[in-house]
Amino acid sequence: MGHPIPLIFERSVPGRTGYSLPECDVPEVPVQQLLPAGQIRQEAPRLPQVSEGDVIRHYVNLSSLNHSVDTGFYPLGSCTMKYNPKVNETATRLPGFARLHPLVPERCAQGALELMYNLEQYLAEITGMDAVSLQPVAGAHGEYTGLKIIAAYHKARGDHKRTTVLVPDSAHGTNPASAAMVGMKIVEVKSDCHGCVCLEDLKAKVDDTVAALMLTNPNTLGLFDINIAEIAEIVHNAGGLLYYDGANANAILGKVRPGDTGFDVVHLNLHKTFSTPHGGGGPGSGPVGVKAQLIPYLPAPRVVKEGDQYRLDYNLPDSIGKVHSFYGNFGVNVRAYTYIRMMGGEGLERVSEDAVLNANYLQARLKGHYHLEYDRLCMHEFVLSGKLQKAHGVRTLDIAKRLLDFGVHPPTIYFPLIIDEAIMIEPTETEGKETLDYFIDVMLQIAREAKEDPENVTQAPHTTPVSRLDEVGAARNPVLRWQP
Amino acid sequence: MNNQYLPNTPEQRRQMLEAIGVGSVEELFSYIPEKLRLNRPLNLPHPMAEARLMAHMEELAGRNEVGAVSFLGGGIYDHFSPAAIDHILTRSEFYTAYTPYQPEVSQGTLQAIFEYQTMICELTGADVANASLYDGATALAEAAIIALNTTRNSKILLAGTMHPWYRKVLDTYMADLDAQVAEIPAVDGRLDLDALAGMVDKDTAAILVQSPNFFGIIEDLPGIGKMLEGHKGLFVVCTDPISLGILEAPARLGADIVVGEGQSLGLAQSFGGPLLGFMGVTEKLTRRIPGRVVGETRDTQGRRGFVLTLQTREQHIRREKATSNICSNQALCALAASVYLSLMGPGGLREVARQSLLKAAYAREQLAQIPGVEVPHAGPWFKEFALKLPRPAAAVIDAMVDRGYYAGIDLGRFYPGMEDCLLVAVTEKRTREEIDGFRAALQEVLK
Amino acid sequence: MNIPQDLKYTKEHEWIRVEGNRVTVGITDYAQDQLGDIVFVELPAVGDEVESGDGFAVLESVKAAADVYAPVSGTVVEVNEDLEDDPALVNTDPYGQGWLAVFELAEGEDLSELMTAEEYQQFLAEQE
Repeated sequence: MGHPIPLIFERSVPGRTGYSLPECDVPEVPVQQLLPAGQIRQEAPRLPQVSEGDVIRHYVNLSSLNHSVDTGFYPLGSCTMKYNPKVNETATRLPGFARLHPLVPERCAQGALELMYNLEQYLAEITGMDAVSLQPVAGAHGEYTGLKIIAAYHKARGDHKRTTVLVPDSAHGTNPASAAMVGMKIVEVKSDCHGCVCLEDLKAKVDDTVAALMLTNPNTLGLFDINIAEIAEIVHNAGGLLYYDGANANAILGKVRPGDTGFDVVHLNLHKTFSTPHGGGGPGSGPVGVKAQLIPYLPAPRVVKEGDQYRLDYNLPDSIGKVHSFYGNFGVNVRAYTYIRMMGGEGLERVSEDAVLNANYLQARLKGHYHLEYDRLCMHEFVLSGKLQKAHGVRTLDIAKRLLDFGVHPPTIYFPLIIDEAIMIEPTETEGKETLDYFIDVMLQIAREAKEDPENVTQAPHTTPVSRLDEVGAARNPVLRWQP
Repeated sequence: MNNQYLPNTPEQRRQMLEAIGVGSVEELFSYIPEKLRLNRPLNLPHPMAEARLMAHMEELAGRNEVGAVSFLGGGIYDHFSPAAIDHILTRSEFYTAYTPYQPEVSQGTLQAIFEYQTMICELTGADVANASLYDGATALAEAAIIALNTTRNSKILLAGTMHPWYRKVLDTYMADLDAQVAEIPAVDGRLDLDALAGMVDKDTAAILVQSPNFFGIIEDLPGIGKMLEGHKGLFVVCTDPISLGILEAPARLGADIVVGEGQSLGLAQSFGGPLLGFMGVTEKLTRRIPGRVVGETRDTQGRRGFVLTLQTREQHIRREKATSNICSNQALCALAASVYLSLMGPGGLREVARQSLLKAAYAREQLAQIPGVEVPHAGPWFKEFALKLPRPAAAVIDAMVDRGYYAGIDLGRFYPGMEDCLLVAVTEKRTREEIDGFRAALQEVLK
Repeated sequence: MNIPQDLKYTKEHEWIRVEGNRVTVGITDYAQDQLGDIVFVELPAVGDEVESGDGFAVLESVKAAADVYAPVSGTVVEVNEDLEDDPALVNTDPYGQGWLAVFELAEGEDLSELMTAEEYQQFLAEQE
């Protein structure tokens, strides 16, 4: 079927149904007798009236319009689009997990609680932290939770003047947005020429109002900040704490632990580093790990082990409270647990080695054809600049769109902001050399086209279900729902 | 080591190292200062082969009791989920895709979200819906943040009949902002409207109400909505989407923002997550809504297509001035809800709601006949209700597990003084036989 | 680049038309070109009091949001409601139909810091 695929509403045929429900086997009572008169629904919601076959065909056809990890290379920088093992999916759908209600008596959920407890221990070991909470369900949610913990820590010490969060100018947008949600002011710290924290600027900006510095290491250029020990010392000496944004943790498993380099709080993205699928934008999981002095402030409840029994402890007087209705994205955490048990410590270390090897291989082969601002060994990702191609009137956006014609998802583009025409490439460890070689060939061809046939690039994509879309029109006259 | 997820062979690794111009993989990590390195193996269990791993996972899963007939609710419900939903959720073109930042190769996800937004608008009566939030509790907190920012007032009036854990999450989110949260008292399991009338004033940012509320009782939404007439405060309703098959859309009763938990729409209970926070708002709040929003547009050849839009609200552009920090949401859960609502259609959704209502009414009537058992509230209820028992609920719940029933939630956990109360939920999945069996078992336990 | 002679300018690329104690404010041709297609304009409310340097409006393109800073202190007496329906006016006619707001100047407001067209042209040249 060609695009466009009609909306599910446009397939609707009045009177058609896609469900079967049991006969009502209790006494029939008119609903008017049970419901308040003014609140009985007057008009039914205009949901589609379709058969099960219609529904399946519709969504299967829609799915075919997506690029995904399972259909092609996805080197989207900072997003760690690695292969999502199928055993994870099978494990999380086991009835003992999938059908478990969160409020069953604890003796009926011992398997789930044991899994949560052990996963917390594993993540603490991997990050060098003393305790972990699985409650945050996304990276940004983890940031929020971590900053709440930091704020609670300062307040408990009577240190009420700590109202600023230092954020590097190369940081992910969630960092300042999360800081704002805990009521903190943001102060930007400049990056040096390697995208690392500029120590001079840090020293100038750190003072007794600083609650924390938020940092990604390796940074958003894929470079390890070699000054991390000194950065930690500067911030700690001023009474602030160090927050680790785990977006780039895939580079360091078993090699270096945030907790050993001075970080006090970390969040991990299980949907990046620990192979749980991105789901087209979630659900993820963003556990938070802390050092011992911050444990009292972790969200409630916490899983505790007493003898060989597990229970949820709500009696945490200093806790920041709850950040989720229940205990976080348990189903996602089951997948991450499965992955860690599959890989073991040895396997995880190999994950980072191969992720870094793949990235360096691509960087070595592509530099020269694309501008590389910082020519040194990278970690799990690296950032090229499209400025050589810009000279021919081909922008990074065009390069990205042209990649679509070759079945490759484009890298992250125009981020970090400190690189002109940025192209941020993260191949991950689950791609074989021949996939990387194919990508290199395609990138070299696009570089050639930029010189010889720029229009072919600027008009791309040519083979996708739709061509470039009018985003200006979409924003000027928002059409955000179907209307009958 | 060999590993099924790591494709490169020793020979390929050698070739790659050569192209890079280094002698070993270790050299690639040379920028990490030696003294900071771990320099020991991670202390984790040994790797497991897939067959052994699945045996281990089955053993763990087997230690969770899921065979009991469930009358548990409190935000997570045992509604029927058609098999077709999981077949769509396991389409890996959906679940292994990232956020649809490249619309040309993400039309599947984008169109599905657009359809989801439409369905949420249809259910709630709202003009605009977003692509999803984490869960019902954070959706409520985000709604309160919209109210604070829009009205520039700081007083949040929060229903005491709101899910206690949603209230806890709200407290967390409000604690660092310029907000005062005051609890609206309840009488007979419903909000005390006289008390509320005395609380609303020109400084009110929002009234946050759950209906059906934590006790399963339908609040007087039209009456509460009227109290804000002439005030700039917003009316926020947290609702059960299944109830909207039979109950009026909250936005048509005056709600400015409608939020809630979408787990009932075909999602697994999964020990409380992943869940689905939904949010619908009136048109004038369009640019205040948090998170992703999909809009319709055209491609260069005039074909209909969909894109993420109004992105200047979001963290990746607006940074600290964003409407929220949310980035990843619960897209796949929203897809599940869309498939569920497509299958059910208007008739199916109404029938699920109607049967839940009738079966809950039947169960309430039956259980109230047990000597010593009372219904402490007067209703009107939807699918959940409190029961007052002649002894502490916790022990009764425990005894009922041994008889094959999850009898409900111990209300004493959430409301001091209600230790002898049980919160019972009944969905369309429960049969008359199960309800009668529940009655017999409870009668025996209480003897 | 169009820089009308009869207007005053700021380093934040705003233009100001002075009429007695009232000033009309908009963004320059250069600024609209830098921002790209404007998709939404957030305007202040009539009656808002602003201090010079405060953000009083926000111009949004698809991928950016730019604060517009008040070049003067005063009270907002009029806003360009046409921009609600047609934000593109800022792109197509920045000095005319794309105006943003009219302010009544605060007591003793000094306008001597504002640049003339020549000075702004010079300023732009230095920016390049």
